[in-house]
Amino acid sequence: MLQIKCPHCGMRSQNEFSYGGDATVKRPELGKEISDQDWDNFVYNRKSLRGKHWELWQHLSGCRQWIKVQRDTATHEIFKILKANEEIS
Amino acid sequence: MTQSFRLESGGLINRDKKISFKFNGKNYFGYEGDTLASALIANGVHLIGRSFKYHRPRGFFGAGVDEPYAIVQLYRNGETEPNIKATEQELFEGLEAKSVNCWPSVNFDVGAINNFLKIFLPAGFYYKTFMWPKSFWYKIYEPFIRRAAGLGTASIKHDKERYEHKYEYCDLLITGSGPSGLASAYSAAKNGAKIILAEDKSRFGGTLLTSEVNIGNQSGKEWANSIISELKEMPNVTVKNRSQVFGYYDHNMLVMSERISDHLPKTKKFHPKQRLWYIRAKEVLISSGSIERPIVFGNNDTPGVLLSSAAKEYLKVYGVLVGKKPLVFTNNDSGYETAIEFKKNGIDPIILDTRKKPQSEIIEEAKDMNINIKNSYVVVAAQGYKKVKSADVAKISDNKEELGSIENIECDCICVSGFWTPTIHLASQSGNKTKFNEDIDAFVPGISKQNEKTLGSANGIYTLEETLKDSFEKGNLLSKKITNNENKVSFPNVVEKKSTVHDKFWCVPLPKGKNYKRFLDFQNDVAVSDIEIALKEGYRSIEHVKRYTTLGMATDQGKTSNLNGLQLVSKIENKVVPAVGHTTFRPPYSPVSIGAIVGREVGKHSKPTRKSPMHSWHEKNNAVFVDAGVWLRPRYYKRGKENLFEASKREARNVRTNVGVCDVTTLGKIDIKGPDAAELLNRVYTNAWLKLPVGKARYGVMLREDGIVMDDGTTTRISENHYHMTTTTAQAANVLSHLEYYLQLVWPELNVNVVSTTEQWAGAAIAGPKSREVLKKLFLKSDVSNEGLPFMGYMEADLFGVKAKIFRISFSGELAYEVNVESDNGYFMWEKIIEAGEEFGIQPYGTEALSTLRIEMGHVAGSELDGRTIPYDNSLEGLLSKKKDFIGKRSLSRKAFAAEDRQKIVGVVPLDKKTSIPEGSHLVKDSNAPLPNPKLGYISASCWSVEHDNPFSLAILKDGKNMIGKKLFVMSPLKNKVIPVEIVSSHYVDPKGERVRS
Ligand SMILES: [Zn+2]
Repeated sequence: MLQIKCPHCGMRSQNEFSYGGDATVKRPELGKEISDQDWDNFVYNRKSLRGKHWELWQHLSGCRQWIKVQRDTATHEIFKILKANEEIS
Repeated sequence: MTQSFRLESGGLINRDKKISFKFNGKNYFGYEGDTLASALIANGVHLIGRSFKYHRPRGFFGAGVDEPYAIVQLYRNGETEPNIKATEQELFEGLEAKSVNCWPSVNFDVGAINNFLKIFLPAGFYYKTFMWPKSFWYKIYEPFIRRAAGLGTASIKHDKERYEHKYEYCDLLITGSGPSGLASAYSAAKNGAKIILAEDKSRFGGTLLTSEVNIGNQSGKEWANSIISELKEMPNVTVKNRSQVFGYYDHNMLVMSERISDHLPKTKKFHPKQRLWYIRAKEVLISSGSIERPIVFGNNDTPGVLLSSAAKEYLKVYGVLVGKKPLVFTNNDSGYETAIEFKKNGIDPIILDTRKKPQSEIIEEAKDMNINIKNSYVVVAAQGYKKVKSADVAKISDNKEELGSIENIECDCICVSGFWTPTIHLASQSGNKTKFNEDIDAFVPGISKQNEKTLGSANGIYTLEETLKDSFEKGNLLSKKITNNENKVSFPNVVEKKSTVHDKFWCVPLPKGKNYKRFLDFQNDVAVSDIEIALKEGYRSIEHVKRYTTLGMATDQGKTSNLNGLQLVSKIENKVVPAVGHTTFRPPYSPVSIGAIVGREVGKHSKPTRKSPMHSWHEKNNAVFVDAGVWLRPRYYKRGKENLFEASKREARNVRTNVGVCDVTTLGKIDIKGPDAAELLNRVYTNAWLKLPVGKARYGVMLREDGIVMDDGTTTRISENHYHMTTTTAQAANVLSHLEYYLQLVWPELNVNVVSTTEQWAGAAIAGPKSREVLKKLFLKSDVSNEGLPFMGYMEADLFGVKAKIFRISFSGELAYEVNVESDNGYFMWEKIIEAGEEFGIQPYGTEALSTLRIEMGHVAGSELDGRTIPYDNSLEGLLSKKKDFIGKRSLSRKAFAAEDRQKIVGVVPLDKKTSIPEGSHLVKDSNAPLPNPKLGYISASCWSVEHDNPFSLAILKDGKNMIGKKLFVMSPLKNKVIPVEIVSSHYVDPKGERVRS
């Protein structure tokens, strides 16, 4: 079980969080024309990375904030954690 | 009965306290401090079971967790437990145990024909044998195998014992209380670190209890005792015996099982049987020691062949002789320690040392004691069936390939030492890539992956002095890093007589003309020949060889077999061992009871039970409850001898004719506030929300981005910037997360707050043509007329002094209202509704009638919104705004979602108007078509229409739009039913929706 340091609450156990997928995916703007391919890329197509991965977690049983976590998918090492409104650099 | 194999004195047992126990129906006694194994050996019982595959007789091989043979079925306090190692089970008064894997008895075993008749079950026997004819498998082969094999029987009774979970945090977790564990704990404790020291056995000290060493001016045992008593007194130290750290997980979390009551005849009041500890440690010191490995020779599975360290432990800890004519077969100095112990107790051992001219202090001591030592000698084969009677021995050439002439030596046990294998399981589980150490012919931990360090013999360090030095230092350094304290412990002077040189010899060649079985894996009966076959058949990867031969796959996970297996593969393949690699170590290190893993989460504690504020009223009024997610909801209210069908029909009919009331507290409720609330709803729901006036409710559907319907419900505008959203019971939590996701990550510019208010409001749906009459009596001060409170209207009203919210919304298709009050007033509201409704024939109705009413109206619910349907499929396409964008809209223009013949919801009525249609059945065109019969659709929900008094179902049907009026067949292979049906509109009642507006 991982330990995730919520930027709002501090170090918490993984079972307080729920996983939310790739954090680098940007939702296309509402009302904008978009090709089938681009839309499919947004909805479905994800890389299955081995290594560093920016992903979303929600502190469900805590502050309910969505956070961005950079985790190594192979070793589970966590490198960086950002608040929802902080940009991945 | 006398204990013929018990010494007159000695050992760490309490000879003042006799304990009686039963094994295979016979009464024996042992002493306090015995294990079941030591007590049985003391009583001369050497045959304990049968092997898994060949049903060969099995004795004892080890004295602890590494035991592959002595697995018993345990009976304790009216309960039974399988898979118990006799070498680990402490003796208690009244203990009962039975052999497993022998049928009909341990002495006469049917399965042993596998051995005698030489029906060989070679490598891959699971794959090759019993495969055909296929029909024989279930009827003949499998029951036979299950009866003749297997390692005990799990109890089918409810386990009355209590198991607990505990979460703990510490600076250092130290796994094992041998020399390295004690030394590191001691120096770390002196620096003030918070320490947990875990010992698997009941006694602390590990090998110090059995080896003849001196530390400081004390014996190893005395030193261990003094350290442990000092540690126990320190407030920053927790020492736990009978506690095994069995798993190393991510982010330095380790799990330990503490056996609190297993050694007692019965669990003490208010005590758990076991406790599972989840430990987050800043640093982990693995001091799990090493396990002696066997040397492979002919018939090396015969009872009486055992590890030399085990023989020594039985002597020194339990005062028990494993035999009276011992042969010690060794390739290193450890065998000498065992031999010397025998000699000290008046028994004459013979040592066969594979080495030609070994030299060390301990060998000199053995010589001085006149122990018979034969150098360059090996055991070729053990002789005897149920117990070793003699050994065929021979001289071996310097290159270890040629055997001299065979001599037979009488003996009753063979104590084997093939050197030591570090216990690297925890290190490996932590992610540490292990490396092969040529000097000790074994794997040791490599570079640390998590915050773990391995000490002492677990790390391949086999001298006591070096172990202690390294452990004192690591304990000091790691704790200093955490506490910033340093109180250095002075290093004691150490006396040890044995050297750590071993002969790299592990397998005795077969003599000419003999075909002895030479076992590698004792629990799964994997012999040298099996590995040879597997390799001949082309298996190369060690992981494949393992699965094909089952080497190391038994419950002991190959603790004594892995390395010899690897040695063999590397020899045949002509590769070095590290090139072969080892199989993955996975938790648990040793079996853990399911009870401990489950902990307190059993029965009603397995999930929370949520009850509405009106729950006790429902109970008093004969409600039969159903689980709705974590909620308990009334399914129906039983009157007299009614069954579910009769009661729900009555309740539904009463809604259609009079008025009913239903507890809808469980509906998800989300409070939405902020200047951009309308904009959020407009993006989340598929229909338009910007122009909804204050005091009005609207039905809405929300999609996922992939166009699939996520949830539906009504949302009401309470005031300018305040909305009250309802969701289905099941999706409440997901919808809230969904809204939070978009607000926090996608559209943070929207100024909106959302919060769940599901539990803050109690809800009652009042439905039926007479519902307005009930309302009038409840809200005397409010105008609830059709004009005052029109369809989809909302008002706040006074319910006899209680603030209430009234929503004119309907799920049943009848004139209906939903009344919400604060939860604390729910019961009051409910009673008032029942009281006011009495003269109109009000009846409470449960979820079954609720379903009936919605199904015959064609209202979709969870069974249609099942994560596979889009709005069109549910005839909700009218709610899709063309003017604005919303979540998931773009997906709806994908080809398959826009297909002309796409599935759509329809109604289904059996032609005979009698036969009920099972939910989940398939719709087909031709009931006699050859299989697989093309499926056109499926029944999503079924009811007995109270309006038409016949069965009615909803279905999702391909090209449903053009199927109305067609005749099809419903097929349910599960219920063995074929029903001719007609497809009708899904709106079976009041298709124009006039009633809700009346
Ligand atoms: Zn938080």
